Amino acid sequence: MTFDWPTALPLIFAGLMGLAILIYVILDGFDLGIGILFSVAEDAEQDTMIAAIGPFWDANETWLVLAVGLLLVAFPLAHGVILTALYIPVFVLLVGLILRGVAFDFRAKVPSGKKHRWNRIFFLGSVIASLAQGYMLGVYVLGLDVGIGGMAFGALVAFCLAAAYAAMGAAWVIYKTEGALQKKAVLWLRTALVLTALGMAAVSLATPFASPRIFAKWFVWPEMLYLSPLPILSALLFFWLWRQTFHLPKPDDRHAIRPFLTLAAIFALGFAGLAWSFYPFVVPDRLTIWQAASATESLAIILAGTVVVLPVIIFYSFYAYRVFGGKATDLTYD
Amino acid sequence: MDPLILSRMQFGANISFHILFPTITIALGWVLLFFKLRYNATNDSAWMRAYFTWVKVFALSFAMGVVSGVTMSFQFGTNWPGYMEKVGNIAGPLLAYEILTAFFLEAAFLGIMLFGFRRVSNRVHTLATVLVAGGTTVSAFWIIALNSWMQTPAGFEMRDGVAHAVDWWAIVFNPSMPYRLVHMLLASGLTVSFLISGLSALRYLYGDRSESMWKALRTGVFTAAVLIPIQIFAGDQHGLNTLEHQPQKIAAMEANWNTGPNVPLVLFALPDEAAKENRFEIAIPDGASLVLRHSTSGVVPGLNDFPGNHPPVFPLFWSFRIMVGTGLLMLAVSWSAAFFLKRRHSLPKPLAMLMVPMALSGWLATLAGWYTTEIGRQPWLVTGVLKTADAVGPVAGSHVALTLAIYLILYALLLIAYLGVLVHLALKAAKDGDTSPLPGVMKAAMSQPAAGE
Repeated sequence: MTFDWPTALPLIFAGLMGLAILIYVILDGFDLGIGILFSVAEDAEQDTMIAAIGPFWDANETWLVLAVGLLLVAFPLAHGVILTALYIPVFVLLVGLILRGVAFDFRAKVPSGKKHRWNRIFFLGSVIASLAQGYMLGVYVLGLDVGIGGMAFGALVAFCLAAAYAAMGAAWVIYKTEGALQKKAVLWLRTALVLTALGMAAVSLATPFASPRIFAKWFVWPEMLYLSPLPILSALLFFWLWRQTFHLPKPDDRHAIRPFLTLAAIFALGFAGLAWSFYPFVVPDRLTIWQAASATESLAIILAGTVVVLPVIIFYSFYAYRVFGGKATDLTYD
Repeated sequence: MDPLILSRMQFGANISFHILFPTITIALGWVLLFFKLRYNATNDSAWMRAYFTWVKVFALSFAMGVVSGVTMSFQFGTNWPGYMEKVGNIAGPLLAYEILTAFFLEAAFLGIMLFGFRRVSNRVHTLATVLVAGGTTVSAFWIIALNSWMQTPAGFEMRDGVAHAVDWWAIVFNPSMPYRLVHMLLASGLTVSFLISGLSALRYLYGDRSESMWKALRTGVFTAAVLIPIQIFAGDQHGLNTLEHQPQKIAAMEANWNTGPNVPLVLFALPDEAAKENRFEIAIPDGASLVLRHSTSGVVPGLNDFPGNHPPVFPLFWSFRIMVGTGLLMLAVSWSAAFFLKRRHSLPKPLAMLMVPMALSGWLATLAGWYTTEIGRQPWLVTGVLKTADAVGPVAGSHVALTLAIYLILYALLLIAYLGVLVHLALKAAKDGDTSPLPGVMKAAMSQPAAGE
């Protein structure tokens, strides 16, 4: 097969978009999760938790802008179809993101009597945004079906994703804090893992009923064999993480980042599975990535910029994480 | 309920809310860099205090800008799918470059700029400030390029009803782009300098005579005094550019119904589009001909040349006059304040009291200016290529109405909260003055983590 750009470019951009979504889900996952965990944290703990995400959340959310941006610029047809079908959940997501994004900043600057109110808004915004993302994922997986069954499935995925984000948030707290809060976070992680596992089991059972297309894609020989490492490895990692929670925190705080990395790996495996379920569609059953793509010359212009800029972005993101590495301290502007 | 009207209202509300915050961050980034460089040069901690006060305003404005900007990027798809379908090949790369070159730069280095003063060397902290300021400006460059292209499209051809790029240089540097960019960057500079002067004047009125207040106040007032005449000149040039490329917009702005020479400059009127005339008109004879053609007998385009293809007259006429009027007020206030600060080394109380509400004059002028240019493009979304009515999506009017209502409530509450925090920060700074805890003013690298304040 010869290499031809009109075929390759849409594929490359689908891959980049997938990568952006995965990075977004992992990075914004932990700070959304921390917002969800606000409901079970004390006032002083909330300050420490905010300090653990303060320097990062802005850059984290930017990956969503990149993902939606890529959908917009590389697959303009799909962008319109998906977002008009998901009009209301997208709106709910945006309201959630607006509320938590500003609450984060307001809570540190308002008179101390009003801080409580913004903490509650931060929690609410995080929950709303997480649920909306899960719901949209569920509806999208089924090919934007918005009947009763689709809505129920969406609600299930919404719950599951929120629980998974809470687990990510707890894992980040374990990494970034010490003492009583860290111990508490281990318990949060355990609870969130149970809920995530329940949610995932429910989603796995519901999927073949909800979508014969996805069922057919997974349960045929020999693809089944090639795909089997995904679920098996995920399950093993899950179990391993569950057992780790009984030994954390370890002396000298060893392996504190391990739960977070394990969860990130589980997310990546799950994401690979999802990607396989969709391929080659960008709007399930309706538009393939080639049908929805922009003109080749426009994609080429974007790609030229992307290959130069993306490594730089990744490099300085690492730099920012390194500058604020270690345990979270009080966050002050001076 | 008509989804088109509602979607237009929703996008208008959204972009009006959004633009308030980039307008602040674009120029405030450079003002913060100025504070930082003055501190580096003089080692005077008052500059650093001014930095810490205003970096909080930057952080809050940036957060408001990000969340409202995310909303906009989704709205292209939810409400205007026809836009990307038709001109996505042009708009896509410009938006992509905005995200790639500007967005991440700002977001990643914002953390270091806000919280990293003691974690990185002074030099890296200054560099982070440069990168954030540069990022906001580059971001503005790409967005203005796209917006200008929608006003005066160039460098493309239509194939099967879809725009395809032919010449990227011509697309980015389209005929109105340089004028629009300069006008917007100056508007941002003016918005920020009036915001800084206004809040500093508020501190002054509350008895704050600290060095950091004086430094911020002088910076704000002198910047405004220098920028406003430049802006008036740039605005005039922009107007001439519009006359050349979008005469129908000029005709509506001047409420000039018939093309011809010796056109008066209308100061006040209630344009009546149905009757095609101005009621209660007060005008300077030959004024418009003089301003636009630099000759009393210059021919000025009238609305009769563009039947059914010109923007609504009333909102354009008035938004343009509000912008110009605000600009003239800015000229008067900033020059008097500069005079008193330079010659008398003090600020008269009545002037300080006038400067407090003028803190928001930049917002008023910017919004009025954007309404002039954006409503002035109607009925087109992309002039001559795509009508606004043809870009709207298939979403039910009731859905758009519901979301519009919630957006409006949300924006109103956030705006109140934002302004409340600005006043709170100013009053807190006024109360603490220079006796607030000393920031860690040291030249050497500071590696120790910040102690709780």
